[in-house]
Order: sequence, then C-alpha cells, then structure tokens
Amino acid sequence: MDSTLIPRGLERASFGKFLLWILPWAALFGVGLYAMYLCLADGLYHTNMDNRFAFGLWIYLDLTVIALGAGAFFTGFLLYILHRRELSAVINSAVVLGLICYSGAVVVLMVDVGQPLRAWFTFWHPNVHSMLTEVTFCLTCYLLVLAIEYAPIVLKNRRLRQVPRFLAFEFELHKVMPVLAGVGTFLSFFHQGSLGGLYGVLRGRPFAFREELGIWPSTFFLFVVSAAAAGPSFVLLTTWLVQKITRKQLVENEVFMFLGKVSGIMLLVYVFLKAVDTLVWINSTSPAAGFPAFEYYARTSFGTWILFTEIVLLGLVPALILVSGRLRAKPAWLFSAALMTCLGIMLNRFVMTIQTLALPTLPFDEFLSYAPSWEEVATFLAVLAYGVLIYSLTFRYTVLFPQERDLLKH
Amino acid sequence: MDSEHGKNARFGMVIDLDRCDGCGACMIACAVENNVPPGHASATERTGITWMRVAAVESGQEYPAADVAFVPMFCQQCENETPCISVCPQNAVEIDPATGIVGQIPQRCLGCRYCMTACPYHARYFNWRDPAWPEGMDRQLNPDVSPRMRGVAEKCNFCHGRLHAAKAKAAAKGSREIDPADYVPACVESCFQNAIVFGDLNDHESEVAKLARGADTFRFLSRLGSEPKVYFHSTRPWVKEMAESTLTRSKKENGHG
Repeated sequence: MDSTLIPRGLERASFGKFLLWILPWAALFGVGLYAMYLCLADGLYHTNMDNRFAFGLWIYLDLTVIALGAGAFFTGFLLYILHRRELSAVINSAVVLGLICYSGAVVVLMVDVGQPLRAWFTFWHPNVHSMLTEVTFCLTCYLLVLAIEYAPIVLKNRRLRQVPRFLAFEFELHKVMPVLAGVGTFLSFFHQGSLGGLYGVLRGRPFAFREELGIWPSTFFLFVVSAAAAGPSFVLLTTWLVQKITRKQLVENEVFMFLGKVSGIMLLVYVFLKAVDTLVWINSTSPAAGFPAFEYYARTSFGTWILFTEIVLLGLVPALILVSGRLRAKPAWLFSAALMTCLGIMLNRFVMTIQTLALPTLPFDEFLSYAPSWEEVATFLAVLAYGVLIYSLTFRYTVLFPQERDLLKH
Repeated sequence: MDSEHGKNARFGMVIDLDRCDGCGACMIACAVENNVPPGHASATERTGITWMRVAAVESGQEYPAADVAFVPMFCQQCENETPCISVCPQNAVEIDPATGIVGQIPQRCLGCRYCMTACPYHARYFNWRDPAWPEGMDRQLNPDVSPRMRGVAEKCNFCHGRLHAAKAKAAAKGSREIDPADYVPACVESCFQNAIVFGDLNDHESEVAKLARGADTFRFLSRLGSEPKVYFHSTRPWVKEMAESTLTRSKKENGHG
C-alpha cells in the first residue's frame, strides 16, 4: 500500500503489521492529548502538584528527556567537529531522538506553565539572571537547529527526492551540517548546563544549592557532562532495541562499541566530578547554610542508599564496564551498562527534582510526599507514544541507518 | 518615601510569638483585604491560597511542660539575593528600592512556579483554578486590589493597596512622605493581641526598628543569608531553639529514630 514510499533496497514490515504496531501508541497519544486539554482548558488543578510541591513529574520528564536527547548534539559534535566518521551510521537516529526529546519537553512545558500564552514574555522582557531564561533561549534555538537537521532526513524519502528543488535543498543543507553541529553543541552546552543550574542556584533549598564555579553553580557542569554520558548510551540502547524489534542488523557492532566507549569515558569523568562535588557539599556548602547534610538522608524514603545507587551502582559500575574493552565487547555487558548509565542519569534528575522539593526547609515543616495524577501520567506517556510514532514513521519511510542496506546484502 | 535616617524606607515587621494565640484573624483580614478567593471545596492546606498561614508548633514536652507556639508565616521580604527575584524568567518579581517590598506582578507571571520552588519559606501560592467568589461575596471585593487570574503565582506584599492609598493621601496634602499611621497592613490592624508591629526598619527610632534590634528577636533560616525583613520575638528558650534548628522530623518519618 505504501511501498512506493519505502526507500529502495530496504525491507519493511507489511502496511497492516505497521498499522497494528502504531495504533496502540496512537491511542496512548490520544489519551495524553485529552489529559493535556483538561489541564489547559480547566487549569492545573487536574495535577497533583501543589503550592509546596510546585514541580512534579513533568519537570522531571523535561530534565530526563533532555539529558537522554543529548545524544543528538554529542554525536553531531563527535562526527562533524572531531571527524569520528564511524558515527555517521547513527547520526540520523540521534537527530530524530533529539528532536523527539526536545519537542516533547517543550510541549510538556507549555502544559506545565499556568499561562502558556505568555511564553513570549521571556523573550520580550527577559530576566538575564534567571537560569530559566537561559534554558528557554537555548532550548528554543536548539529545537530550531534540530528541525533543520531533521529536514534532510525527511527529504531523503524516495518520493520527496523526485522533486528537484527538495533534492537541491537537501544537498545545500548537507553542506551546512558541520556549522549546525557547532551551533548545536554551543547551545546544548548552555541549556544542559542551565537545567543543572536551575537547581544549583536555589539558595533557599540547601539540598540543591551548590557553590559557584565562575558564574555558574557546579551543577551546571555536572549536567553538561552527565548528558554527554547519557546521550550516546541512549542512542546505543534505542538502536539495539530497534534491531531487536525489526529483527535486522542496522549498524555494525563497532559502532555500538564506540558509542559505549564514549559514554563510559564521559561517565567516568562525571562520576569523579560528582564525587568531588558531593564531598564539598557535605563538608562545606550545606553546613554553611545551617543544614548538616546527613539530616537529608535520615529519612525512610530517601536514605544514603539513593546517593550510593546514583554514584556507585549506576555511575561508577557502568563506567568501568564501558571503559573496559574486554567487557564492552560482550553485548550483554555493553547493553546492560548502557541501560545502567541511562538509569543513573534518570535517578540524578529525580533526586534534583523530587527529593529537593520533598525535604522541608522550615524547622516546623514535615517531609512532603507527592504522587502524580492520571493526567500527569497520561501526558508523560503521550510523550513516549509521540516519540515511538515519530521514530517509527521516520524509520519506515526514510534511511535512518545508512549501513542498513549494505548489511542486508551480506 | 524618605525616612529620616536614609534615602529609602525598609518596611518590615516584628511578630511577638509569645502574644500570638493563633486565632487566625490576620489570615482572614489578609484574604479579605487582598481579594484572595475562598478555597474550592476540594482545596487542601497545600492547594488553597492563604498569603499568611499560622502554623501551630508544639514544644514536644510532656504535660505540664507541654507548650505551643503559633508562628504566622508569609513572605519574609528577603532583601539580599532575594531567592524568588533572580529565578523569575520574565521579571515578574521585583523589589521596590523605595520601600524594600518584594512585589509580584501577576500580569507578567508565566506560571512556571520556579519562584515557589526557590522560596525557602513556602510563602508563595499558585492559582490552580479560576478564582471564584460565592454569589454576594463578590460585592465585598476590595476595589483597590486586582484579583489574580488562574495560572499565576501570588504572595504577601505588605498590602500594597494600603500603601498606594497612603501615598495618595499624602499627595493630596502636598507631601511626598506618608504618615506611618496611614499605612498599616491588614494583618497588623486585625491582630487584637497587638502581636505584630510594622514600620520602617530604616527609621531607627521606630518601634519596629527598636524591637528588631532587641534581645530575644530572631529570624527564621537566617543562615541562608537572604536577610528577611520579618522578625520574630519570643522569650521562651524552646521557641528560639526551634527557630534556629534546621530540619526537624517526626519519629514516624524518621527511620533512624
């Protein structure tokens, strides 16, 4: 039915099978859209956030998907700036993942704010001292960069290539890719960092507040490095997952190995920096604000186990596996370590968002709890469904993995 | 707005916790004065709006030593690196250099709630739904204060409607200086225990400035360095110790006893 749209030389499932695959995701997406409508039309009382737990699942989602989507900028940086040609096998996939993650985050942010029609105010009279201003500016610009990077992938479609203007446009876009990769890296550095700075500057939340290095708190740099570690692992995992689902080899094993190595090195740097930062915070920053750090962990919900899990179990352990050539060569170790890396970064974003708000600051206040409403969960799942839909459509109708055709011949 | 000891005023408060009996009149007066809508039937302590909340804090001792302190908590008008100002992406929070009052501009607010996350005193509130007054109750709305719309943050501003009225009264007399008697926030006026003293902290002869300098006066979370302009007073040792402590926790939520 849609065979004229499928790239030549590639094998894809029948249209009926494809429809069966996307329909449940489309339904999930539809439920999420309805939940978003309720929040936008009626108000945010549909959520379980409140005056004390003012950030919830959605901010956690934003922080997480933007960290995971960092594979787009970091792969582009390694390929176009550092000329690591082996990554051309996954660059398209990384760009699509980045676009999904960033556009999903922006849409959820628009539902999350109380007055989304005022979003342009940030551009009109911005507070240049606010980390959120930096996030908004860089996120918007980078989303535009990702959309431009996504265009040639779509224009490679068999039918679209028949239009000469599209072909010429695609050719011209390829010439500016290194420039876009540079701009993307620059913008990503700032918005990944600003997302970390978002919490690091909170003087009134000693659990999150960190010392400044230059004009930014240490969390700024930790978020940049951790995103650079999580991004390649996420590209690796999704590619592996697509291989499993489609039962095809899409990239050579060396590409997986290289992504794992890059992720491992960045994770090792991150774990070192995080450990130093934690020690400075425990011994200096937090006590100076009147809060002995051990008090934060003297609770049943968030004990020191969470810190250990974040830094050691889901930090140091996968980092050591990924930097070891012998272990990396074994697929089970490689993919498990990549999964652990992503989970570790997700846990870090959870700690920054949820644990920060759960801990009271006033001496007579108690520890707070929060559980998201169905509308929040449905919106969260809608982003996942949206991602699967966009990725599936792109995979079916464009050449997402340039090595796929050659690997099929062998 | 000039004070005799400085160019600008620094309005602040001192609350005597030994006098406060937790009646809640200040909360009611504040809500009426500032057009804070009544809570929805489903509103909780954490979703309703009350610019001033009075917390009952127990000493934790057994009878007959058991004691309780009522702590009115609201925007502490921080003046050093004010936590909510620097974080707002669209300049919807400002500190007025002429008065030292931290003001919220709801017409600019995006509703991102970053300021609420930044405030260590949990003194900011969000309009989770459209404000609504029961029929008839809307006729008692204060015409000097704009009600806020859904999706924006709000907080105590030391009754800016009353400040503007005092300024207008002074201007009508041809003066730039307001009479302190003309500017009294609603909570101060309503407190029949006279537990709240309000005034210009820059005026060293004012009652509020003398009390703020006095013994047994303290501020909550003073080690954060945000220099709040709301002070508390108590001669009870456990109250002062409580104010200076940091995280306290109940046995129930503390796994380590």
